[in-house]
Amino acid sequence: MPQNDLIYQKKNLPESLKRLGFILLGIGLALGLAGFLFDAQRAFFNYLLTFIFIMSIAVGSLFLIALEYIAGAEWSTPIRRIPEFFASSIPLLFVLVIPLLLNIHSIFEWSQKNVVAGDKILTGKSPYLNASFFVIRTILTIGIWSLFYFLFVRNSRKQDVTKDQLLTKKNIKLSAIFIPVFAITVTLAAIDWLMSLAPHWFSTIFGIYFFAGSFVAALAAVTLAIILLKEKGYLHPRMTNEHLFSLGALQFTFINFWAYIAFSQFMLIWYANLPEETVWFIARWGGMWTYISLGLIFAHFLVPYAVLLSQPAKMDPKRLKFISIWILAAHALDLYWLIMPQVHTANAGILSIVFEFGFLIAAVGGFLLVFYFNAKKHNLVPVGDPKLEKGLNFRL
Amino acid sequence: MSERKLYGLTALFQTPDEIVHAAKKVQDSGYKKYDVHTPYPVHGMDAAMKLKPSNLGYVTLIFGLSGAAFALLFMYWAMSKDYPMIIGGKPFFALPAFIPITFEITVLLATLATVIGMLTFYFKFPNNSQPLHDTPYMKAVSSDKYGICIEADDELFDLEKVKHLFKELNGQNVSDIYFPVTEPFKIFEPKFLILLAVVGMLTSGATYVTLNKLLYITPFTWLMDQDKVAAQSRSVFYADGFGMRKPVDGTVARGFIPYEYKGLAAPVVPLSNPLLPTAQILQLGRKRFLTFCSPCHGNFGDGDSRLRGQFPNPPSLHSEKVRGWQDGNIYHVIVNGQNVMPSYSSQLSRDDRWAVIHYIRALQKAKNASPSEILEAKKETPSNAAK
Repeated sequence: MPQNDLIYQKKNLPESLKRLGFILLGIGLALGLAGFLFDAQRAFFNYLLTFIFIMSIAVGSLFLIALEYIAGAEWSTPIRRIPEFFASSIPLLFVLVIPLLLNIHSIFEWSQKNVVAGDKILTGKSPYLNASFFVIRTILTIGIWSLFYFLFVRNSRKQDVTKDQLLTKKNIKLSAIFIPVFAITVTLAAIDWLMSLAPHWFSTIFGIYFFAGSFVAALAAVTLAIILLKEKGYLHPRMTNEHLFSLGALQFTFINFWAYIAFSQFMLIWYANLPEETVWFIARWGGMWTYISLGLIFAHFLVPYAVLLSQPAKMDPKRLKFISIWILAAHALDLYWLIMPQVHTANAGILSIVFEFGFLIAAVGGFLLVFYFNAKKHNLVPVGDPKLEKGLNFRL
Repeated sequence: MSERKLYGLTALFQTPDEIVHAAKKVQDSGYKKYDVHTPYPVHGMDAAMKLKPSNLGYVTLIFGLSGAAFALLFMYWAMSKDYPMIIGGKPFFALPAFIPITFEITVLLATLATVIGMLTFYFKFPNNSQPLHDTPYMKAVSSDKYGICIEADDELFDLEKVKHLFKELNGQNVSDIYFPVTEPFKIFEPKFLILLAVVGMLTSGATYVTLNKLLYITPFTWLMDQDKVAAQSRSVFYADGFGMRKPVDGTVARGFIPYEYKGLAAPVVPLSNPLLPTAQILQLGRKRFLTFCSPCHGNFGDGDSRLRGQFPNPPSLHSEKVRGWQDGNIYHVIVNGQNVMPSYSSQLSRDDRWAVIHYIRALQKAKNASPSEILEAKKETPSNAAK
């Protein structure tokens, strides 16, 4: 292979991307903040949804990076910078979490001392579910993720300059440590931020459920970014559609995994029919929630399953682009289904649905800006990685 | 020795890169009937051999979908049409409970169809012999070498040309594979048939002995030999000596409502008859009265017992006292008994008792009706005429 193939020109993303990012961020924030004028509590829940949305994509991307190192995957080396860019929003979570921590009482029932005092179950859970321990856990979890993000990315970026192969070895060891830590932290995050919204309810499979949904969302976000960047020629010219195959296959796998876990959770609760467990699903049934619950089966399982089933579909950029956007929307719907029944049970007015999109639009704008500023400083291809050449030659 | 025919020419390679390169060259040379054998799937081979995506996926899809449809329809028919059973209070067609089975049947049919389809389409099932089997070439490519085989059937096949091509590609251990034209095993040979018969007899004999003799030897106990207590017999296991267990205190039978004033002198709160005195209820009351009450109280409640002094006669039901009673008091006597009358609570259900009370009231009314009332009843009304 000719060596000059490996020489990759660092490219900046266009100014128009920055402009679009700021516009979306502005519109989204304006809409989202306007929501506070109408229904402050609901607006807080919308903000929580967006926070979880960003968190799941960022942390899922970090897991994808760890997965590449520990499995010794070559196909994903040329595209590893994309999950790295997504993961760079992990430290931002420290800032994003502040409004939530300041308003913890309006979101979490268990944080209100007078409610807990009159409730035997919540009193029993209070050694874990109390405001100060919650804040400690949150800061610790985000701190651990940020630490691993900085370690992974520092080694990866250093390699661009030094071409030191030992850095890959270091990252492999790091991912072996990170993956079990990730399993614990992501479970804790799911329990703290989502499950404790209904503090009486419990489901031991909930952590996995959240992980399955967030990893598939992270894969969809990464795939979408790769296809868009590749279309505009920002990635390595020797990248082919076959590099997309494993992303499509992983999406397909984790769509199935999500459905498997979601159904297991539902079926066991439905079968046992214990009131303290079924109450959670009953809150998600009736009025518009019936349609959202049933729609989730289609949006988060049947449609992506059918679209991604055949082998050519997993490599077709057009189809992958469509289904990636679809899955991201389905993930937002999944989070909506997890979070929102805790704040309103009746049909949502049309007006408030408009505001519900606000923070998500801002999140999309935010991710565009994250990409723009990251690409300004760093290569879009890990040029120093010893696996890059093999990765570019990857064929099915 | 039987006639042997050339199957093809094989060559071995050392690395996956070499085999991909070799496959590409063989493909470009125009050969159609050739195959590559590697110990594991090698990336880039599909492109090198210009393989189209396999059609086997459609077999899998069709059988998978029919598995899902079959499982769901069968469970629908069995569980909600043919033999509906209530399980855990769930509906007859309990979709969530059927999903795991549907999933498993889908996977089962899809995988079986894929394997059988693969054997049929690619190995010409039921044919089970392949000339490459049992060759040093197959041993090498199933452990650590990468091999390519060009078949003699190919239109372009020419022994010298293929040897030259392999040499050019740096292939090693180039060898020609022969196979016998005639079938090596004849299925109707007497030796084979005798063997088959002996194996069949041994198998069925062993099965018979196992199922009918071995399973009844001492260490295996069967239900009829197990320790048990027969109904109504004495138990040495329980301290109270009863073979049958009593229900826990406060146990209430299904469909039975206990009488809350049992054992008291009279109902604390006056009870009222919950049934309406319809013809049906009066018929029921009459039937129960004649069966259970009339032996002592007489057919019309006059206290004229049929028992001929074997049991003391009860007073008449038409006394001022009984006529002055509320329905609840009669109910109370039926449940509790009175003087020598025992409780009838186990013979008469709750509805039976109230029906009997309606019937007693009707008897009392008939015995003590005023003349005007009798005239009224004797009038030719449509309902009386029907009688």
